[in-house]
Amino acid sequence: MNRKKLQKLTETLTKNCKHFDKFEVKCLINLFYTLVGDVTERQGVVIGLDRNAFRNILHVTFGMTDDMIMDRVFRGFDKDNDGCVNVSEWIYGLSLFLRGTLEEKMKYCFEVFDLNGDGFISKEEMFHMLKNSLLKQPSEEDPDEGIKDLVEITLKKMDHDHDGKLSFADYEQAVREETLLLEAFGPCLPDPKSRMEFETQVFKDPNEFNDM
Amino acid sequence: MGVALTRSAQWTAAGRGTRTLETTPLNEAILKEIIMFVESFIYKYPQEAHYVFVDPLEWKTNLNPSAFESGYSVSETTVKSEEVDKNGKPLLFLSVPQIKVRSFGQLARLLLIAKNTKFQEAQACVEANRNPIAKILGLDYDTLTEDSSKVNILDKIIKEDDPEIDMKMKIAMLLKQLDLHLLNHSLKHISLEIRLNPGTVKNDIELLKRFSGKGEHTVLEYIDYTSDYEFSNGCRAPPWRQVHGEICYVLVKPHDVETLCVTCSSEGVFLNGGKTEDEGEINYERKGAVYKDLVTFLKEKSAKFSENMSKQEFAFSEEQQKEKDQPNEEPKKEEAITFRKAVTGSDRSTQEKNQINFGKTRMTKRLEPSLNWKATVDSKERRSLVRDSQEEKHIGRLEKARPSVSPGRAQIVRKSAEKIEEIISESSSESEEDEEPPDHRQEANADLPSEYWQIQKLVKYLKGGNQTATVIALCSMKDFNLAHETCQLAIRDVGGLEVLINLLDTDEVKCKIGSLKILKEISHNPQIRRNIVDLGGLPIMVKILDSPYKTLKCLAAETIANVAKFRRARRAVRSHGGITKLVALLDCGQNSTEPAQSSLYETRDMEVARCGALALWSCSKSYANKEAIRKAGGIPLLARLLKTSHENVLIPVVGTLQECASEESYRAAIKAERIIENLVKNLNSENEQLQEHCAMAIYQCAEDEETRDLVRLHGGLKPLASLLNNTDNKERLAAVTGAIWKCSISKENVTKFREYKAIETLVGLLTDQPEEVLVNVVGALGECCQEYENRVIVRKCGGIQPLVNLLVGINQALLVNVTKAVGACALEPESMTIIDRLDGVRLLWSLLKNPHPDVKASAAWALCPCIQNAKDAGEMVRSFVGGLELVVNLLKSDNKEVLASVCAAITNIAKDQENLAVITDHGVVPLLSKLANTNSDKLRHHLAEAISHCCMWGRNRVAFGEHNAVAPLVRYLKSNDTNVHRATAQALYQLSEDADNCITMHENGAVKLLLDMVGSPDQELQEAAAGCISNIRRLALATEKARYT
Repeated sequence: MNRKKLQKLTETLTKNCKHFDKFEVKCLINLFYTLVGDVTERQGVVIGLDRNAFRNILHVTFGMTDDMIMDRVFRGFDKDNDGCVNVSEWIYGLSLFLRGTLEEKMKYCFEVFDLNGDGFISKEEMFHMLKNSLLKQPSEEDPDEGIKDLVEITLKKMDHDHDGKLSFADYEQAVREETLLLEAFGPCLPDPKSRMEFETQVFKDPNEFNDM
Repeated sequence: MGVALTRSAQWTAAGRGTRTLETTPLNEAILKEIIMFVESFIYKYPQEAHYVFVDPLEWKTNLNPSAFESGYSVSETTVKSEEVDKNGKPLLFLSVPQIKVRSFGQLARLLLIAKNTKFQEAQACVEANRNPIAKILGLDYDTLTEDSSKVNILDKIIKEDDPEIDMKMKIAMLLKQLDLHLLNHSLKHISLEIRLNPGTVKNDIELLKRFSGKGEHTVLEYIDYTSDYEFSNGCRAPPWRQVHGEICYVLVKPHDVETLCVTCSSEGVFLNGGKTEDEGEINYERKGAVYKDLVTFLKEKSAKFSENMSKQEFAFSEEQQKEKDQPNEEPKKEEAITFRKAVTGSDRSTQEKNQINFGKTRMTKRLEPSLNWKATVDSKERRSLVRDSQEEKHIGRLEKARPSVSPGRAQIVRKSAEKIEEIISESSSESEEDEEPPDHRQEANADLPSEYWQIQKLVKYLKGGNQTATVIALCSMKDFNLAHETCQLAIRDVGGLEVLINLLDTDEVKCKIGSLKILKEISHNPQIRRNIVDLGGLPIMVKILDSPYKTLKCLAAETIANVAKFRRARRAVRSHGGITKLVALLDCGQNSTEPAQSSLYETRDMEVARCGALALWSCSKSYANKEAIRKAGGIPLLARLLKTSHENVLIPVVGTLQECASEESYRAAIKAERIIENLVKNLNSENEQLQEHCAMAIYQCAEDEETRDLVRLHGGLKPLASLLNNTDNKERLAAVTGAIWKCSISKENVTKFREYKAIETLVGLLTDQPEEVLVNVVGALGECCQEYENRVIVRKCGGIQPLVNLLVGINQALLVNVTKAVGACALEPESMTIIDRLDGVRLLWSLLKNPHPDVKASAAWALCPCIQNAKDAGEMVRSFVGGLELVVNLLKSDNKEVLASVCAAITNIAKDQENLAVITDHGVVPLLSKLANTNSDKLRHHLAEAISHCCMWGRNRVAFGEHNAVAPLVRYLKSNDTNVHRATAQALYQLSEDADNCITMHENGAVKLLLDMVGSPDQELQEAAAGCISNIRRLALATEKARYT
């Protein structure tokens, strides 16, 4: 990619992104192209990270392990649903991922947890997301009993309108009362430690990506 | 000493010649106590120290004759003391290596000589003299004290009235006291050691056997010992392993796990290396954690066991109970009660009796392989006794309640350990504000609230869940009413505390936050605080203070603030470096450029500072922590935070300063950091709590004159005076009046207070206030009344009556202040009339009998102006029956302040001739003369005045000379205090009327000293010195004249 194009891309993306400054955007764009690798640009073919590559980044850089959640995070990034994260989705996604306000994060997390995208987190969805969260006790007759109970506990805590499912309003209210509940059904944001590591690595070494 | 020695001390097994004391901590403690007793004996009971033992204490010593110095005649191999008994036999006789000692005085000196080896000497002595009381006092006393038939002894005393019997009796009592003390002491040690023993282990195994076998419903497939042979002490482990406390080895096959080879030892139960196939040898190496008993161990190892166990539990626990209840239930019950009483015992005599009982149980216990089981059983026993009666009714509940019983036992062990630690650490200066609360374990059969079961479930998820489940469980737990004791204790009783503290040690920020949020709430409960400390929570929280997340820091600091309410916790914070880290938290309060990207885990810097200050406030109640805060550079940071306007930050900051200001070093630093200015500023705040702490801090700091001036210069007196008008908040009122009291020590401040009409208000506060307010109010009035105008104000406002009324109180601090205030008022004749009318002088006089020297002294000082200003003072003084004798006898006190004040009172009393005659009859002259050799200028001043006034009667002048008072008086003239000079010169002038005294003075070089005094600007001194010289000179002339005629 030539310099001029890069310049232009950086500028447009910086304009649309509130959490990063120009330098940071540039670093992230550089990182993006490093990650995508040496793909020659062709007409009609979108350059981007596919699901596996992206999941790999989530796993290695941000320490996420839950396959399902990682899938959902990918969908969260991939706004246009074309199966790969392009450069603007990358910047936009990371801006929320790293620096999003509580409101942005709530919206994002809710989308992640709302598996079928119907605007509610249903009991079934919760069960699905929590099913691996408890150590299996061999003594329990029904191994799922604990999970079901956990779902009930969560609903009791968060379902303010008592309709048996979580609307965004329910979720928002609960999170505002107790921020810990933001990632109630699984870690879908980087933990602060890996976030800091990522930022220092990417933003502090501008020269590393200059040879692009 | 006898009972304690025979019963508590742990002797090595008998049968190998002479028995020796084992080197156990208990024995060491007992010996140390004995050494302390003997060493202090000569100081405490000098007369009894000369008492000669009936039989000498004899033992083999390692001491060299050359170690003995003055007071002994030493030869190569023998030493004799120069101190001898009536028959001329030495009280200490050493003929290497045998030593015989026959008095406490010599024993004490011997210990001094022995220096480093005194411990060995004491041990040798105790070992060689198994019945010291019989040797010291004779056989009959030994038995008498044991039977506690004191009547006999009393009879003897009445009949014979022999001084020696009297002395013996006294020593017998002293030894008995020591004995009790030793028993008490050993009790502390014994209660520490509560562990497993063969009996309990055997019971457990037998019961488990009964519920083992094939099939679904048994708890185990089988359980058996590895060895069939049981030693007579109940152990099955080979003797060389018994040494390590191991009791037996068991093979257990649970349903779902393969065979386990388990070691039961007195420390607990653990997995060992297993039985080797070929030789059948057991690998004794420990392979896992130590559990407190077999059932807990198996529950942990086998899920099937714990499941079936919970079904069988009722049957099992019932069996277990019967097992225990059946054999000799009665005596056990008695023991349990005894044990309790001995610990809490209030009544002296019952305590005594129980102690001895306890000693007896200990002795029977010696036969068991492990000494340490009684208390364990007792505590269980107690519980089962309570339960017994209601057992049938509560069958269903019992089974569920079981888990809470076992931690209960551990708890008791822990608590007793804790108590002892506390006793040991008594050296620290601060007082414990929260006494050990009685432990309200949920009684097994009490109705458990539904919260209990819900919390138990949540704790289960905490234990077995991943991060997501844990966070959900934590958030849900937070919704319970954590301020309520039921929930707090439920969390603890289901083992939640351990889990919460473990979570703090993980890397999961969210879990840590959630856990701390809960710990912060439940640590308001004193029991939970102690549990947190016991579980090692403090070091982890201190570590979290280093975390980069401010929310975490805050929560950790707040939790520490709650937990560090008792001494052991405060010490733990300090020893893990917590103080430095907390002080560092104060520092971030100033950084205004906070990073724009506020993450989830950030809070305001001010909040961090607030939490840090809160924790420091709690910690600053320990002296060593105050020091640590200062060393960590806390004072400048606190001073900086004082400038903020956030009330919730200011309160803990001022609170910390207030605690710390009790230290001299802090007061200096507070002055240097210009803290007073801000304290004064915050007095004007709206927040009552803040006002209170500011006033309190000023109260502490105003000990220092410069600080008092600073308070005035920064305009602090006016807000203080105006705060006096609000009397609803008693704590604040106490703090404010305290500050006023200390400030009014400076005269300029008093003037200001008068301007602000504070004195009138103070007088109004003399009634209907709690004691802590009264002490300060009266103290302030006492200072104010040093000035004439204020005395008038107090009288006009009707302050005399309530002041005099307060003279009948019992609070020492209050009495000291009241007497001072009344004394100050008495300086004014009109007030004096009122005091006299209210019989205040009589009340003051009776305070001379108060046991506390400060009160005595203060009362005596107050009497001086009363006697001066009362009309018909002489008659008034005489009207107090026995009053004069009381005053004269106070001259025997050993408190300098009391002596000085009494001398001053005598000076005033002696102004009346008749009274002077009376006190002379009571022997005032020899008593005053005895005091003459003092170095205290204050005492010298008043003593000399008293002597000069007492000279005015009869042959007192001569008597002073006879009692050698003159020569020391002459030396007073070399003092630097002009008051002393004046008083002394006057006294010498009076004394010089007697010729012999003149000679003494002359011999002691008084003339030259007096000649210097003649040149003094003080007229009275001039006159007295000149008069004295003229008397001496006249005598000299007369002698010369006599010689030549």
